[in-house]
Amino acid sequence: MTKRVSYTLASTLESVNRAETIAAETAAKAGFSEDDQSNIAMAVREATVNAVLHGNAYDPQKRVLVVYEKTSDALVITIQDEGKGLDPLELPDPLAPENLMKGSGRGIFLIKAFMDEVKFRNTQPGTEITLIKHLGRSAANEEESK
Amino acid sequence: MTMKVSSRQVNGVTVVDMMGRITLGEGSVVLRDTIRDLLGKGEKKILLNLGNVTYIDSSGIGELVSAFTSVRNQGGELKLLNLTKKVHDLLQITKLYTVFDIRDDETAAVGAFK
Repeated sequence: MTKRVSYTLASTLESVNRAETIAAETAAKAGFSEDDQSNIAMAVREATVNAVLHGNAYDPQKRVLVVYEKTSDALVITIQDEGKGLDPLELPDPLAPENLMKGSGRGIFLIKAFMDEVKFRNTQPGTEITLIKHLGRSAANEEESK
Repeated sequence: MTMKVSSRQVNGVTVVDMMGRITLGEGSVVLRDTIRDLLGKGEKKILLNLGNVTYIDSSGIGELVSAFTSVRNQGGELKLLNLTKKVHDLLQITKLYTVFDIRDDETAAVGAFK
Protein backbone atom coordinates (compact mmCIF):
# COMPACT_ATOMS: atom_id res chain seq x y z
CA MET A 1 0.00 0.00 0.00
CA THR A 2 1.33 3.43 -0.90
CA LYS A 3 1.30 6.13 1.73
CA ARG A 4 2.05 9.70 0.72
CA VAL A 5 2.57 12.77 2.90
CA SER A 6 3.54 16.22 1.65
CA TYR A 7 4.81 19.36 3.38
CA THR A 8 5.06 22.88 2.02
CA LEU A 9 7.94 24.58 3.81
CA ALA A 10 9.35 28.10 4.02
CA SER A 11 12.81 28.78 2.62
CA THR A 12 14.58 28.66 5.98
CA LEU A 13 17.13 26.57 7.85
CA GLU A 14 14.34 25.51 10.24
CA SER A 15 12.66 23.87 7.25
CA VAL A 16 15.87 21.96 6.53
CA ASN A 17 15.91 20.57 10.07
CA ARG A 18 12.21 19.72 9.86
CA ALA A 19 12.54 17.90 6.52
CA GLU A 20 15.50 15.94 7.94
CA THR A 21 13.64 14.96 11.12
CA ILE A 22 10.55 13.84 9.19
CA ALA A 23 12.79 11.81 6.86
CA ALA A 24 14.41 10.00 9.78
CA GLU A 25 11.01 9.24 11.34
CA THR A 26 9.52 8.09 8.03
CA ALA A 27 12.52 5.85 7.30
CA ALA A 28 12.27 4.31 10.77
CA LYS A 29 8.56 3.61 10.35
CA ALA A 30 9.24 2.10 6.91
CA GLY A 31 11.60 -0.44 8.51
CA PHE A 32 15.01 0.78 7.35
CA SER A 33 18.10 -0.01 9.44
CA GLU A 34 19.53 2.69 11.72
CA ASP A 35 22.37 3.30 9.25
CA ASP A 36 19.90 3.68 6.38
CA GLN A 37 17.68 5.97 8.47
CA SER A 38 20.67 8.23 9.13
CA ASN A 39 21.76 8.18 5.48
CA ILE A 40 18.27 8.91 4.15
CA ALA A 41 17.88 11.76 6.64
CA MET A 42 21.22 13.22 5.55
CA ALA A 43 20.32 12.94 1.86
CA VAL A 44 17.04 14.76 2.51
CA ARG A 45 18.89 17.39 4.54
CA GLU A 46 21.37 18.00 1.71
CA ALA A 47 18.62 18.18 -0.92
CA THR A 48 16.57 20.59 1.20
CA VAL A 49 19.64 22.75 1.85
CA ASN A 50 20.11 22.97 -1.92
CA ALA A 51 16.44 23.91 -2.39
CA VAL A 52 16.46 26.57 0.35
CA LEU A 53 19.94 27.99 -0.20
CA HIS A 54 20.77 27.54 -3.89
CA GLY A 55 17.27 27.16 -5.35
CA ASN A 56 15.07 29.62 -3.47
CA ALA A 57 17.99 31.66 -2.08
CA TYR A 58 16.11 32.10 1.25
CA ASP A 59 13.38 34.06 -0.63
CA PRO A 60 10.44 34.33 1.82
CA GLN A 61 8.03 34.35 -1.14
CA LYS A 62 9.22 30.95 -2.33
CA ARG A 63 8.36 27.57 -0.87
CA VAL A 64 9.90 24.11 -0.80
CA LEU A 65 7.60 21.16 -1.39
CA VAL A 66 8.74 17.90 0.24
CA VAL A 67 6.82 14.70 -0.45
CA TYR A 68 7.47 11.42 1.37
CA GLU A 69 6.00 8.36 -0.32
CA LYS A 70 6.24 4.83 1.03
CA THR A 71 5.58 2.23 -1.65
CA SER A 72 5.55 -1.55 -1.27
CA ASP A 73 9.33 -1.78 -1.67
CA ALA A 74 10.82 1.70 -1.34
CA LEU A 75 10.81 5.13 0.21
CA VAL A 76 10.51 7.85 -2.43
CA ILE A 77 11.15 11.45 -1.40
CA THR A 78 10.83 14.43 -3.72
CA ILE A 79 12.05 17.93 -2.89
CA GLN A 80 10.99 20.74 -5.18
CA ASP A 81 12.04 24.39 -5.12
CA GLU A 82 11.04 27.47 -7.09
CA GLY A 83 14.53 28.60 -8.01
CA LYS A 84 16.36 29.18 -11.28
CA GLY A 85 16.91 25.51 -11.98
CA LEU A 86 19.90 23.21 -11.77
CA ASP A 87 21.83 21.30 -14.41
CA PRO A 88 23.22 18.21 -12.61
CA LEU A 89 25.62 17.61 -15.50
CA GLU A 90 27.36 20.91 -14.76
CA LEU A 91 28.18 20.06 -11.16
CA PRO A 92 31.93 19.72 -10.54
CA ASP A 93 33.27 16.40 -9.26
CA PRO A 94 34.16 16.97 -5.57
CA LEU A 95 36.66 14.07 -5.70
CA ALA A 96 38.72 15.65 -8.51
CA PRO A 97 42.12 16.81 -7.20
CA GLU A 98 41.37 20.44 -8.07
CA ASN A 99 38.11 20.32 -6.05
CA LEU A 100 39.14 18.13 -3.11
CA MET A 101 40.07 21.05 -0.85
CA LYS A 102 37.10 23.24 -1.74
CA GLY A 103 34.81 24.34 1.06
CA SER A 104 31.59 23.38 -0.73
CA GLY A 105 30.15 21.27 -3.56
CA ARG A 106 29.71 17.90 -1.82
CA GLY A 107 25.95 17.88 -1.18
CA ILE A 108 24.67 16.11 -4.30
CA PHE A 109 27.66 13.77 -4.23
CA LEU A 110 26.62 12.64 -0.72
CA ILE A 111 22.97 12.31 -1.78
CA LYS A 112 24.01 9.97 -4.60
CA ALA A 113 26.26 8.01 -2.23
CA PHE A 114 23.46 7.42 0.27
CA MET A 115 20.44 6.77 -1.98
CA ASP A 116 19.80 3.97 -4.49
CA GLU A 117 18.41 6.28 -7.18
CA VAL A 118 18.54 10.07 -7.63
CA LYS A 119 16.64 11.87 -10.39
CA PHE A 120 16.48 15.54 -11.34
CA ARG A 121 13.65 17.30 -13.16
CA ASN A 122 13.47 20.91 -14.29
CA THR A 123 10.06 22.17 -13.20
CA GLN A 124 10.36 25.66 -14.76
CA PRO A 125 10.75 27.45 -12.53
CA GLY A 126 12.62 25.32 -10.10
CA THR A 127 14.14 21.92 -9.67
CA GLU A 128 12.64 18.70 -8.39
CA ILE A 129 14.97 16.06 -7.03
CA THR A 130 13.67 12.55 -6.38
CA LEU A 131 15.46 10.33 -3.88
CA ILE A 132 14.70 6.60 -3.82
CA LYS A 133 15.82 4.03 -1.26
CA HIS A 134 14.70 0.43 -1.70
CA LEU A 135 13.74 -1.61 1.31
CA GLY A 136 15.83 -4.69 1.94
CA ARG A 137 18.50 -3.83 -0.59
CA SER A 138 21.27 -3.35 1.99
CA ALA A 139 20.51 -6.70 3.60
CA ALA A 140 20.49 -8.39 0.18
CA ASN A 141 23.85 -6.85 -0.71
CA GLU A 142 25.33 -8.00 2.60
CA GLU A 143 24.05 -11.50 1.94
CA GLU A 144 25.55 -11.53 -1.57
CA SER A 145 28.94 -10.41 -0.28
CA LYS A 146 29.18 -13.26 2.23
CA MET B 1 21.32 19.99 19.58
CA THR B 2 23.50 23.02 19.06
CA MET B 3 27.27 23.04 18.93
CA LYS B 4 29.25 23.53 22.15
CA VAL B 5 32.98 24.24 22.07
CA SER B 6 35.62 24.49 24.76
CA SER B 7 39.38 24.68 24.39
CA ARG B 8 42.32 23.79 26.61
CA GLN B 9 46.10 23.92 26.35
CA VAL B 10 48.12 20.70 26.39
CA ASN B 11 51.90 21.03 25.93
CA GLY B 12 51.60 23.99 23.58
CA VAL B 13 48.74 22.49 21.58
CA THR B 14 45.22 23.90 21.69
CA VAL B 15 42.80 21.02 22.08
CA VAL B 16 39.30 22.04 20.97
CA ASP B 17 36.57 19.81 22.37
CA MET B 18 33.49 20.00 20.16
CA MET B 19 30.08 18.66 21.08
CA GLY B 20 26.95 18.46 18.93
CA ARG B 21 26.30 18.86 15.22
CA ILE B 22 28.49 20.61 12.64
CA THR B 23 25.88 21.56 10.06
CA LEU B 24 24.89 24.51 7.91
CA GLY B 25 24.06 27.37 10.24
CA GLU B 26 25.17 27.43 13.84
CA GLY B 27 27.58 24.47 13.98
CA SER B 28 29.60 25.52 10.94
CA VAL B 29 29.67 29.14 12.09
CA VAL B 30 30.90 28.15 15.56
CA LEU B 31 33.73 26.09 14.04
CA ARG B 32 34.70 28.93 11.71
CA ASP B 33 34.67 31.53 14.51
CA THR B 34 36.64 29.24 16.84
CA ILE B 35 39.42 28.71 14.29
CA ARG B 36 39.51 32.40 13.43
CA ASP B 37 39.77 33.37 17.11
CA LEU B 38 42.56 30.86 17.78
CA LEU B 39 44.56 31.99 14.76
CA GLY B 40 43.99 35.61 15.83
CA LYS B 41 45.59 34.78 19.17
CA GLY B 42 48.53 33.12 17.45
CA GLU B 43 47.47 29.61 18.45
CA LYS B 44 48.41 27.61 15.38
CA LYS B 45 48.70 24.06 16.74
CA ILE B 46 45.11 22.95 16.87
CA LEU B 47 43.72 19.51 17.70
CA LEU B 48 39.98 19.25 17.00
CA ASN B 49 38.44 16.63 19.28
CA LEU B 50 35.34 15.41 17.38
CA GLY B 51 34.57 12.55 19.77
CA ASN B 52 31.26 14.13 20.77
CA VAL B 53 30.30 15.40 17.33
CA THR B 54 27.23 13.35 16.57
CA TYR B 55 26.57 14.57 13.07
CA ILE B 56 28.21 16.49 10.27
CA ASP B 57 26.77 17.48 6.88
CA SER B 58 28.41 18.61 3.65
CA SER B 59 28.58 22.17 4.98
CA GLY B 60 30.37 20.90 8.10
CA ILE B 61 32.79 18.88 5.99
CA GLY B 62 33.48 22.01 3.95
CA GLU B 63 34.09 23.97 7.14
CA LEU B 64 36.62 21.37 8.33
CA VAL B 65 38.45 21.66 5.00
CA SER B 66 38.41 25.47 5.25
CA ALA B 67 39.72 25.27 8.82
CA PHE B 68 42.53 22.94 7.72
CA THR B 69 43.48 25.30 4.88
CA SER B 70 43.29 28.45 7.05
CA VAL B 71 45.56 26.98 9.71
CA ARG B 72 48.04 25.63 7.18
CA ASN B 73 48.15 28.97 5.33
CA GLN B 74 49.21 30.61 8.61
CA GLY B 75 52.02 28.12 9.03
CA GLY B 76 50.18 26.02 11.59
CA GLU B 77 48.86 22.49 11.91
CA LEU B 78 45.34 21.17 12.41
CA LYS B 79 44.71 17.56 13.33
CA LEU B 80 41.50 15.64 14.04
CA LEU B 81 40.94 13.45 17.10
CA ASN B 82 38.41 10.73 18.00
CA LEU B 83 36.22 10.55 14.91
CA THR B 84 32.90 8.80 15.31
CA LYS B 85 32.16 6.06 12.78
CA LYS B 86 29.77 8.35 10.92
CA VAL B 87 32.29 11.17 10.54
CA HIS B 88 35.02 8.67 9.68
CA ASP B 89 32.84 7.17 6.93
CA LEU B 90 32.00 10.61 5.52
CA LEU B 91 35.68 11.55 5.28
CA GLN B 92 36.37 8.22 3.55
CA ILE B 93 33.56 8.73 1.02
CA THR B 94 34.74 12.25 0.22
CA LYS B 95 38.39 11.15 -0.05
CA LEU B 96 39.38 13.56 2.71
CA TYR B 97 40.52 10.86 5.12
CA THR B 98 44.05 10.99 3.76
CA VAL B 99 44.11 14.80 3.67
CA PHE B 100 43.64 15.21 7.41
CA ASP B 101 45.99 13.87 10.08
CA ILE B 102 43.49 11.79 12.06
CA ARG B 103 44.32 10.42 15.50
CA ASP B 104 42.54 8.38 18.15
CA ASP B 105 44.90 8.96 21.07
CA GLU B 106 45.16 12.48 22.49
CA THR B 107 48.62 12.15 24.03
CA ALA B 108 50.08 10.74 20.82
CA ALA B 109 48.25 13.38 18.78
CA VAL B 110 49.65 16.23 20.90
CA GLY B 111 53.12 14.72 20.60
CA ALA B 112 52.83 14.58 16.82
CA PHE B 113 52.73 18.37 16.41
CA LYS B 114 55.99 19.85 15.13
